[in-house]
Amino acid sequence: MSIFSYLLPKKQRTASVAKERLQIIVARERSMRGGPDYLPQLQEELLAVVRKYVPVSPESVNVQVDRDSGCEILELNITLQDHQDA
Amino acid sequence: MTRIVVVTSGKGGVGKTTTSAALATGLALRGFRTAVIDFDVGLRNLDLIMGCERRVVYDLVNVINGDANIRQALIKDKRVDNLFILPASQTRDKDALTQEGVEKVLNALRDDMAMDFIICDSPAGIEKGALMAAYFADEAVVVTNPEVSSVRDSDRMLGILASKTRIAEQGGGDIPARLLLTRYSPERVMRGEMLSVEDVQDILAVELLGVIPESQAVLSASNAGSPVILDTDSDAGQAYLDAVARFLGEDLPHRFLTTGKKGLLGRLFGGQ
Ligand SMILES: Nc1ncnc2c1ncn2[C@@H]1O[C@H](COP(=O)(O)OP(=O)(O)O)[C@@H](O)[C@H]1O
Ligand SMILES: [Mg+2]
Repeated sequence: MSIFSYLLPKKQRTASVAKERLQIIVARERSMRGGPDYLPQLQEELLAVVRKYVPVSPESVNVQVDRDSGCEILELNITLQDHQDA
Repeated sequence: MTRIVVVTSGKGGVGKTTTSAALATGLALRGFRTAVIDFDVGLRNLDLIMGCERRVVYDLVNVINGDANIRQALIKDKRVDNLFILPASQTRDKDALTQEGVEKVLNALRDDMAMDFIICDSPAGIEKGALMAAYFADEAVVVTNPEVSSVRDSDRMLGILASKTRIAEQGGGDIPARLLLTRYSPERVMRGEMLSVEDVQDILAVELLGVIPESQAVLSASNAGSPVILDTDSDAGQAYLDAVARFLGEDLPHRFLTTGKKGLLGRLFGGQ
């Protein structure tokens, strides 16, 4: 995008909004990719269980599969909200 | 050696068939024996874009089922030497495309018909038809519009190409994939209303084969049943000619990325 477009009123610069949204969604989808097919459902169900105890939003759960010389690591990260006394 | 190329995207209506027709015609114009196959079973339209719809007798599924041989089914283009079209069938039976069947057709095109290039025009989606079109490919052209859902679907398709081709299954890794950004409007990019070619490249991180501008010539070409690459006076036709040259390894600068008519500010600050 040219510098010129930054001189435009904000609501016309929808392209930069599009780019930001894409960067987020694509990163999210890539982290799930290549993993087993049950991953999305696993994520859903884990979220449901965690929610019984603490309020968490769908974005705060991140499931990722890493391959490391022959062994697979399933990584689950849940970011809890700030002062949460679980 | 025969090169099998899949033209794919995930999303529908982005320009795969327009691109398949242009790429195949462009390669044939360069003297390569080229076949273009419509994999959109049930919704064929490559024959219309190529202007050979009244000459269709047999189709892809007929060859797979053994009702016709490849020679009977291939339609030889009347304008360009070395160019052949294999239409899709109108059958609604999606299971008509089998992996063995597709392999048989590709082998016949390679061994009996001595094709240099086989262009596979993929249907939309990430289901069977699209997977079949991609499975035997040696390389891919991913057609993308500068628009969120198209870019996201292209990224998904790149993920599929990395794991669901024969080459990937045999441990050969990702097949080379290149990006063709189509329906590009430099005016709208300049106004910040449309993702720029740099934006899309940042996200998809694959080599850029070309940028095809949004062009009225594409509709005129499809009205006439003549691939737009034959309209060498048009912007889209020239952009496709450039893309074919790059496809063959030539190093050409990208064109049609800026507006012809720029104001002073645009000239001072305009992006590439
Ligand atoms: N560069 C372009 N400029 C204008 N219209 C285009 C361009 N490329 C494709 N189109 C139009 O977009 C529509 C979809 O194109 P098509 O090649 O059939 O897409 P797909 O095969 O991906 O579904 C058609 O109406 C076509 O004329
Ligand atoms: Mg199509």
